[in-house]
Amino acid sequence: MPALKKLIASAVIGVAISATFAQAADRKAAVEQVTFGIDAAKAGLWREATYRWERAVELDPSYAAAFNNLAIAYEQAGLFDKAKQAYQKAAELDPKNSYIKQNIDLFKEINDRANRQNAR
Amino acid sequence: MRTARTLASAAVALAASGCLTFVEVPIETPIRPKIDASPFSRVYVAGFLPGGTEDVDTNLETVRLLRSQLKNKGGMRIIEADVLPLTETAKPVPADGAAAAPPGASQSDPDKTVALAEADLPPYEKIFENKEYWKKVGEEFGSPLIITGSVLFVPHQRSGYVQKEQEVYDSFGRRSVVPVRTYMDRKGFILRPKFVFIDGRTGETLYTETFREEILYNAEQSTPALSSYFELMDRLLPSFLSTLSSQTIRGSRVLLK
Repeated sequence: MPALKKLIASAVIGVAISATFAQAADRKAAVEQVTFGIDAAKAGLWREATYRWERAVELDPSYAAAFNNLAIAYEQAGLFDKAKQAYQKAAELDPKNSYIKQNIDLFKEINDRANRQNAR
Repeated sequence: MRTARTLASAAVALAASGCLTFVEVPIETPIRPKIDASPFSRVYVAGFLPGGTEDVDTNLETVRLLRSQLKNKGGMRIIEADVLPLTETAKPVPADGAAAAPPGASQSDPDKTVALAEADLPPYEKIFENKEYWKKVGEEFGSPLIITGSVLFVPHQRSGYVQKEQEVYDSFGRRSVVPVRTYMDRKGFILRPKFVFIDGRTGETLYTETFREEILYNAEQSTPALSSYFELMDRLLPSFLSTLSSQTIRGSRVLLK
C-alpha cells in the first residue's frame, strides 16, 4: 500500500509539474506577443498590436497586462463595448494594479461622453 | 508537491516581475457623430429665432458662423442661400384670428432681425414641429439637412465673492501669489442656442440640442456684445460640430508587459 501511495503521489507531482511548465510556457509565449504588440502600438500599428494582444489572451487567459493592452487597442479603434469587457477582465485579474485603474478611469470619461452622445 | 509549489511560485514571481514594466502611449479615440448626415449631400443653415438683446443680430451672425464652421471644419457642402425670416413665419396666430403685432413690427431697418423676449420664444419655436413647412423648404433646396433653431443672447449681471490671485511681497522682497476673495459686481451675457436638425426630405426633426454658456466681466470693463457672443459661441462650437462629424479625443494610456 505505501508503494501505491508513493506512486500516486509521484503521479500527482508529475502532473502538477508538467501543468506548471505548460502554464509557464504559455505565459512566456503570451509575454512575447504582448511585447511585440507594444512595439507595434508604439509605431502606431494598432491593428497589428490588437492581433498580438488577442493572441496573448488566448494563450494565457490569466494575463492581466494583455487584457489591459487589448482594452486600450479597442478604445483606440472606438470599440467601447469590447474595451469595457477587456478592462473589466484586466481589473478582475489584477485588482490592485494602479495603472489598470488609471486607464479604466480615463476610459470611463470617454465612454460616458460617447454614451451621452448616443443617448441624445 | 513542494517542488510543484516552488515552480508555480517561481512562475508567478516571473510574471509579476514582468508586470512591473510599463509604457505610456498616446491614443486617439474616435467618437461617432450624434446624427448620421451621410444621406444628405448638402446642409442648409436656414436661420434662427433671435431672442434677448438686439445689440447682436444673433440670427445673421449665427448663420454666418455656422456656415463657415461647417464648411471649413466640418468639410460639408453648404447652401449659401438667403436666411429665412423665421420670426415672421413663426409668428403665432392669436385665438381670435387677428394677426398679432410682432415684437418688431415697427422696426425701421427691414434687414435687421428683431430679437424676441425670452418669454416670447416658446410659441414661436413651434415652427420647428411644422413638418410641412420644412418639407417645402427642403424641396426648394434639393432635400438638404436643415439646421435651424433659436438663439437667446441676454445681458446678465451678478454680484458676489470671487477668488482672485494677488501678488504679495514679504519683508525680504520675495514675491508670491496668494488667493484672495473679493466682492465684485460683474456683468456679461448668457448665450442659450437651441439647434434643431431637420430632414429636408421629410420635414422631420432628427435631433435637437440646447447649450448654455455665460460670461461675466468686471462691471467696470466694457466689452462689446459681439465679442462676447463670439467668445461664447467658440466654447460650444466643437460640440455643435460633433453632431455631424466624428470627433477624436486625444489622450494617453499605460501599456503593461
